[in-house]
This record gives sequence, structure tokens and C-alpha cells, in this order.
Amino acid sequence: MTAGVRPVGRRAAPAWLLGTAGVAALLVVLQVVPATGLVNPDFLPPTTEILAALAERMQTPEFWAALGDTLVTWITGLAISVVAGVVLGVVIGMIPFLRSATASTIEFLRPVPSVALIPIAVLLWGTGMQATLLLVVYAAFWQVLVQVLAGVQDVDPVASDTARSYRFSVLARVRTLVWPTALPYVMTGVRLGASVALILTVTGEMLIGTPGIGKLLAVARESGAVPSMYALVVVTGLLGVAVNLLARALEHRALFWHPAVRGEGIS
Amino acid sequence: MSIVRSVLYAVGLPLLLLAAWWVATANSESPFNPPLSEILATFGPTWFSGDTFADTRFAADILPSLGRLLVGYAAALVVGVGLGLLIGAVRPLRELAEPVLEFFRAIPPPVMVPVLMLFLGVGTSMRVFVIATGALWPILLNTVEGVRGLDPVLKDTARAFRLGRWGRVRRLMLPGASPQIVTGARQALSIAIILMVISEMFAAKDGLGFSVVQFQRSFAIPEMWSGVIMLGLLGVLLSFVFRIATGAVLAWYHGYLQAQRGGA
Repeated sequence: MTAGVRPVGRRAAPAWLLGTAGVAALLVVLQVVPATGLVNPDFLPPTTEILAALAERMQTPEFWAALGDTLVTWITGLAISVVAGVVLGVVIGMIPFLRSATASTIEFLRPVPSVALIPIAVLLWGTGMQATLLLVVYAAFWQVLVQVLAGVQDVDPVASDTARSYRFSVLARVRTLVWPTALPYVMTGVRLGASVALILTVTGEMLIGTPGIGKLLAVARESGAVPSMYALVVVTGLLGVAVNLLARALEHRALFWHPAVRGEGIS
Repeated sequence: MSIVRSVLYAVGLPLLLLAAWWVATANSESPFNPPLSEILATFGPTWFSGDTFADTRFAADILPSLGRLLVGYAAALVVGVGLGLLIGAVRPLRELAEPVLEFFRAIPPPVMVPVLMLFLGVGTSMRVFVIATGALWPILLNTVEGVRGLDPVLKDTARAFRLGRWGRVRRLMLPGASPQIVTGARQALSIAIILMVISEMFAAKDGLGFSVVQFQRSFAIPEMWSGVIMLGLLGVLLSFVFRIATGAVLAWYHGYLQAQRGGA
């Protein structure tokens, strides 16, 4: 930006300024619209009321406990999905027989909506964390597995033959050949899986009643605490943004050597 | 010979798994894990029994659910692609809107169910709206990305040929962004299915998600399993239809990728 070529047209304002203006405009509109009576303020309280409810919530220990529960469920589910997805993906991907034999099953099970499992999860575990974890893992696992499979298949055949003629052991081949090739795909899988896992964590808390932000939200709805409900929606949105930023930062770190990431830094 | 082999590969593991499920639950006394034979026996009567076709659960619950899904999804596609083209093409607008859009995309869509219930009650419009608003963001943001990533040479060419605004949209932006639009549409479809089920589980008096939860609450366990299987089959069917539809749209793109890899 500093040393680069300036675009010909004069730039009106830097991107971050415009972005901040956009956020500010949204907040103002949300403040003004209920006051004018365009929207019933019972249904959409003004921004200040939502923020006040948020501040009030943040002083209660229940809020922080719920936030902790949500994060624990999310990270546990994501970790299980990533480990299982990577291990199974590498094993299945490297053995042609397994790949052919499992392809149809994977294609069939993947689009099964994870929320279909809610009744089963409730019967098996009631409102415990395992019930929500089942949903989270089922949803996030396929994201990771499919990416890892694509990554393992992407290994350069010449490099693969070379490794074989040098009699690399299986472990060495995984470490020096398969893993570096598959890593960008793995990171994509982790990024997709992380946001899907958050969606299903909150869903499970809302519908099953596992402790967490989603449960607080369901309780706020039932008791008609509308500003509080909006405050919790904002919290889930901020959580989502944090998860996306975290996943992107992780991707950047893990792939610092990759041309796609290096190119961004140079230009 | 190779056809026989690929068929064997395709059906081998599923058959094995089904057989394992069948055998493992054959003498199951557990009320939660009824024998597979019992689940399959209840599948037909649960969904397809009734004096007339309109009386069956299939017509009364599943078809309306699917209808709401399709209407909401179609609305999300039209609005998402339209707005995405606009935002992607106008740079100041994009910079203005990007943080706001990122925030709305990051909100887990199911939390919008209670919010929309305030405005729209628990009827059909709420459920269609939930599906549409949840499916909108992946389509919108991917369209923006797709338009932004257009080859500058192509843009200049379009300008040199004096394509009008509409011509640029139809011949440059839509085809150029279509791979990303399809990616967004695929993510949106699975979100839409989730929201179809959740909006009915949360608050409704009919629909597929409602039926399944109702079975579970009344401990009609084999019927509940048949509902879970029905949901799974619908998910598989929809993704199959989606793949055929997008395969036709993106045929040129796959050919282009292949030419880039194989040719040159």
C-alpha cells in the first residue's frame, strides 16, 4: 500500500474508514427505526437498550459460565472432528481399495442433515453435553474428511513415485509428501468445520437444552426478555466473527510457506 | 468386468453396514434401539398410509416442508446473487458493507428463529423467512468474492467492446462468478435444510421436523427412527439434484480446469 503504485483515480476514503462508517450507520438505523414507530419497539428494541441488556448480562456469572460451556462444547467437538477427519482421511486416501470402497458411503452419509440426529441424541444422553457433541461432530467431521481426501489425492504422482523408488517408509511418505500437500486442504476443512461446529453447538443448546449461550437465548425468549435475547444474538455473532478470524489466522500461520499466502505478503 | 467391480465397490460397504445394523439390533430389547426390521416395517405405514394421498403424512408434512424450503432457498438465491453482483461491482459500496455482512454471516442462523418468531409468529411465513435469511449470507458473500476476483483483462475487454451494463452482468459477471456462486449455494443448501428442520422443531404444528420431535416426545421410537431416515434420504436426494443442476451450469468451468491441467 505504501510503496506500491497508487491507483489512478483518487481514493475517497480508506477501506477501514468506510467499513467503520457502515457499522456506525447500521447501529444508528437500528436505534432510530424503533423510535419512529416503523417497527414495534417491543419486537426490535433500540440499540442502546440492547447494549444495556448486554452490559447487564455481562455482570452475571451465569453469562460467563454459559459462554465457557459453549466454547468448551465447540472446541471439543471441533477437535474430535479434526483428529478423526485427518486420521481417517489420510488412511482412506492413501489406500486405493479403501477409497473406492468408502466413496459411496461417504457421499451418502455426508448430506444427511445433522439436526436429524437430535431426537436420537436426546434419547441417548438427555440434555447432557454429549448430545450436542454428537451433532457438532457429525456436522464438522465430514467437512474435514472430504477436504483431507481431496488433499491426499492431490499429491503429485511423480513425487509419489520418487518417494517409492527411494523406499520411503509409509510414515516418511506421510510426513514429507502427503502432509505438506494436504495441509492447505486440511486448513480449509478446519475453517469450514469451525464455523459449522459453532452453528451446531448453539443449535444443540437451544433445542436440546445443553447449558450454554443457546440455552440462555431460549430461556430469554420464553420469558419475553426481548432486549436480552437480542444481546445474546449479538454475542453469538461476535463469537462467530472471532471463530472466523481465529481460523483464518491459524491458516495463515500454518501455511506461511505456501505460495498463496506468501504472494499476499509480497504484493 | 470393471462395471461389476465398480458396482460392488459402490454397494459393498453400505450393504455391510446395513447388515451389521440388522444383526446388532435383531434381538434388541432396548426401547431406544429397536430392531432395524421393525423400523423398516414402520417406515411405509408412518409416511404413506391414509385413505387418500392427501391424508398421508408424506403429503401433509413432508411436501409442505419441502415447499417452504424451496421458496426460501429460491428467494435467498435471487436476493443473494442480485445484491452480490451490485456490492461486488461497486467498490465503495463493498468497503462500506463488508464488516456488516461479515457480522451477519457469522451469526449462527438458528438463533434468528426466536427473533423472527417475534415478528412473524410461528406460521409459514416465519419458516420461509428463516430459511431465506439463513441461506442468504453464504450466497451473497461468495457472489461478492466472485465478482471481485474477475480477471481485470476480461473487465477491460468488456469495456472495450462497449458491453452495456446488462450485457456486462449477463456475459461477464454472472459466468465469471458462477464457480463461487455455486460454492456459496452449496453451503446455503445444507444450512437451508438444517433451518427447515429446526424452525419446525422449535415452534410449529406441522412439518417434518415437528413430526420427528413429536414421535420422540411420545416415545414412538420406531416411527422416530423412520423420520430420521426420511430426513437423511431427503438430504441425500436434494444434494443429488443440486449436483446435477450445477454440473450443467459449470460444465464449461470443469472443462476449462481440465484444459489448464492437461493441456498447455
